[in-house]
Amino acid sequence: MSLLKKVFLVDLFQGLWVTFRNQHPKHLVTEQYPAERPMVAERYRGAPRLNINPENGETLCIACNLCALACPETLIVVTSERNEQTKRKELTTFTYDTSRCMFCGLCEDACPVDALELTQDFELASYTREGQIWDRQMLEEGPRPTPYKC
Amino acid sequence: MTPDATFLDSTELVLNMGPQHPSTHGVLRVILKLDGEKVLGTDCVLGYLHRGVEKIAENRTWAQFNPYVDRMDYVAAISNGLGYCLAVEKLLNLEVPGRAQAVRVILTELNRIGSHLLWLGTHALDIGAITPVFYCFREREATLNIFEKYCGARLTTHAFRVGGLQYETYEGFEKEVNEFCDMFLPKVDEYEELLTGNRIWIGRLKDVGILTGEECKEYGVTGPVLRAAGVKWDLRKAQPYSGYEKYEFDIPTCQNGDTYDRYMVRMQEMRQSVRIIRQAVASIPEGPIMGKAPKVIKPPVGEAYVSIEAPKGELGYYVVSDGSTQPYRVRVRPPSFINLQALDRMIAGGLVADVVAIIGTLDIVLGEVDR
Repeated sequence: MSLLKKVFLVDLFQGLWVTFRNQHPKHLVTEQYPAERPMVAERYRGAPRLNINPENGETLCIACNLCALACPETLIVVTSERNEQTKRKELTTFTYDTSRCMFCGLCEDACPVDALELTQDFELASYTREGQIWDRQMLEEGPRPTPYKC
Repeated sequence: MTPDATFLDSTELVLNMGPQHPSTHGVLRVILKLDGEKVLGTDCVLGYLHRGVEKIAENRTWAQFNPYVDRMDYVAAISNGLGYCLAVEKLLNLEVPGRAQAVRVILTELNRIGSHLLWLGTHALDIGAITPVFYCFREREATLNIFEKYCGARLTTHAFRVGGLQYETYEGFEKEVNEFCDMFLPKVDEYEELLTGNRIWIGRLKDVGILTGEECKEYGVTGPVLRAAGVKWDLRKAQPYSGYEKYEFDIPTCQNGDTYDRYMVRMQEMRQSVRIIRQAVASIPEGPIMGKAPKVIKPPVGEAYVSIEAPKGELGYYVVSDGSTQPYRVRVRPPSFINLQALDRMIAGGLVADVVAIIGTLDIVLGEVDR
């Protein structure tokens, strides 16, 4: 480093010039999260949802238990009973422990009828551990986070 | 006449650094033996983040273990996933389609950039430069957005499956990756403008933590630490995997093996990654994304070892199958763990402030060290 460059602190001002260039408001990148919810990607793997048929409100789940078998944490429990008239398995309960879930998406991949799906909801906090274990009703309705008020 | 001993005689001072020290990049505890400000020796205490990943593998099916590998080096989850998938594919003797290979290369290189950016930001923060971390995270965000759009998760991605890919690329993937490359190269110059010539940066990093090429080989140190010592060794060139032989790129090396050289090597590596990504995006072949992987993965009895060049060094997976649906044994050769053992040699004779610089320059992730 030459003496003049050293005396006039050229290297420091060079760095400060970068900082100065980045001061322009068009370089703002901060997300104002609770006030403005971010748009997550279409394929985002968030809260699980058990889809229902929108026409008659019946569940799409055929109680095949494949999601429970695919899950690495075995946090899905599916129970079913056989309908005597139609001789088909019908879903009775479906529990999903979101506190142990790592949102890997293997259950979603395993589902043959697209009943179980990981959705774009990402606000999953609750006040109790029990609140993290979702039952069938919760899975069908989805989480209802309290909206933030400024 | 001088006295035989004075009351100013120094005694060895033992000081705990960590496990909750912000500059240990996780829960690493370093026991420092000090003579005043000089470091006489170090002892690392590991295991605060031990989760028993290798044991977990034995109780999961081959496909189920895939998301867990993301949680070892969580900064470069995609590289981990690639290594595991390649190992299981080798065991199954499975061919991965060209399209899947190209997408794998693009995502892995983007992840390498993201990992190096996080290293640069936090390393500069340790040294005392606050500004770079904001810029680095801003650009890293762009890579994370690509991952999120591609596979739905940002950090622990679970992007690859044994046999290929689960997800087809989204619409506008190539365009977005190209835009990132165009945007990113001037930014690297910007980081260099901030740091490379800065007298504080040079003063803190030059001739600190020197590790020669011979010492690197003795310790088994790999990755940018090895290349900064002048050893031209990169597994992407030495034993190409996932189609790396198709792309043109250089292996950046330096000569001195000090902390400053490791910084220079990583900066150059980011530029080379952009070069690879550009070539890969331009030549993604059409075709299927999934090879002939069976629904239930049941490899024949045998074992396989695959190592890849992760951002931090050689990442190896040694998998043993007993013919059942679950691994008999999965052993991980993590780069961070093996690089960390050179810490003592690098610090010896240095000052306490250098400890922070050297831990930073090793680029360790404690999730991978402890597993």
